[in-house]
Amino acid sequence: MTIPGFPEAAPLAGLAGGILIGLAAAVMLLGLGRIAGVSGLAAKAVGLGGSGIARSGAWMFVVGLPLGALIVVLASGGLEASFASPRTLAIAGLVVGIGTRLGSGCTSGHGVCGVSRLSGRSTVATLTFMATGIATVAIMNALGLEVL
Amino acid sequence: MRTALTSIVSGVLFGAGLALGGMTDPARVRGFLDIFGDWDPTLAFVMGGAVIVMAIAWRIVPRLAEPVFAGEFHLPTKSDLTPRLIGGAALFGIGWGIAGLCPGPGIAALVIEPAAAAIFVVAMLAGMAVVRLFEGASS
Repeated sequence: MTIPGFPEAAPLAGLAGGILIGLAAAVMLLGLGRIAGVSGLAAKAVGLGGSGIARSGAWMFVVGLPLGALIVVLASGGLEASFASPRTLAIAGLVVGIGTRLGSGCTSGHGVCGVSRLSGRSTVATLTFMATGIATVAIMNALGLEVL
Repeated sequence: MRTALTSIVSGVLFGAGLALGGMTDPARVRGFLDIFGDWDPTLAFVMGGAVIVMAIAWRIVPRLAEPVFAGEFHLPTKSDLTPRLIGGAALFGIGWGIAGLCPGPGIAALVIEPAAAAIFVVAMLAGMAVVRLFEGASS
């Protein structure tokens, strides 16, 4: 299925992926009573604060992410992906790491878990990172900075 | 043991969802953020699907005395909008826009483009360590 005017979009795969992400977060919430926030769980796994979950649990979640992606890669026969240069990835990663710790979350904790809870903090955070993400791409495009 | 098993099930589902939804492709993520250019709305469907399922899960929470596999709920209680929250989120969005990766897809992409994803993840952990260093172990 495609959306008229947006030949690149994959709405059904997107929706199916989103439902899986929602189920994943629901398993964490209803199973362990915790937020499935990737930045907080990753920080916890490596001993940098973050989630209050047992460190072994944080590791299990983090290890599960590439395992889950691997299942999709194997089932689909490979996924399209283009990545930025090492230097760009390093700069972006550093900024994401600082930002998610200061902002107490990322797309998963604030964007999925917080917004669905109608949390004011998470909604403001989500609107903020969407706005600066959009602005960053727009400015980079205007400057002719092609990163992918 | 129950914590470990529940966590890995959650992580695997999460990683599969990210890959299936196209979020492990930075080009698709940047395409979503490129609303003034060649916009790709796929990510809106990912967010929408995830938020709908979680909205239902949140309605189940008050009916449970405790989580299914744990003693009690540990949910965020803060409600104040601080400069730290907004500044951090703003920074995160900039990093997200630069390379088209946020933490989940960055880690999940370790099986898709290992070298590139590893650079992003190591740099992200370094950024987290910087915050930890400046704030001490209190946060």
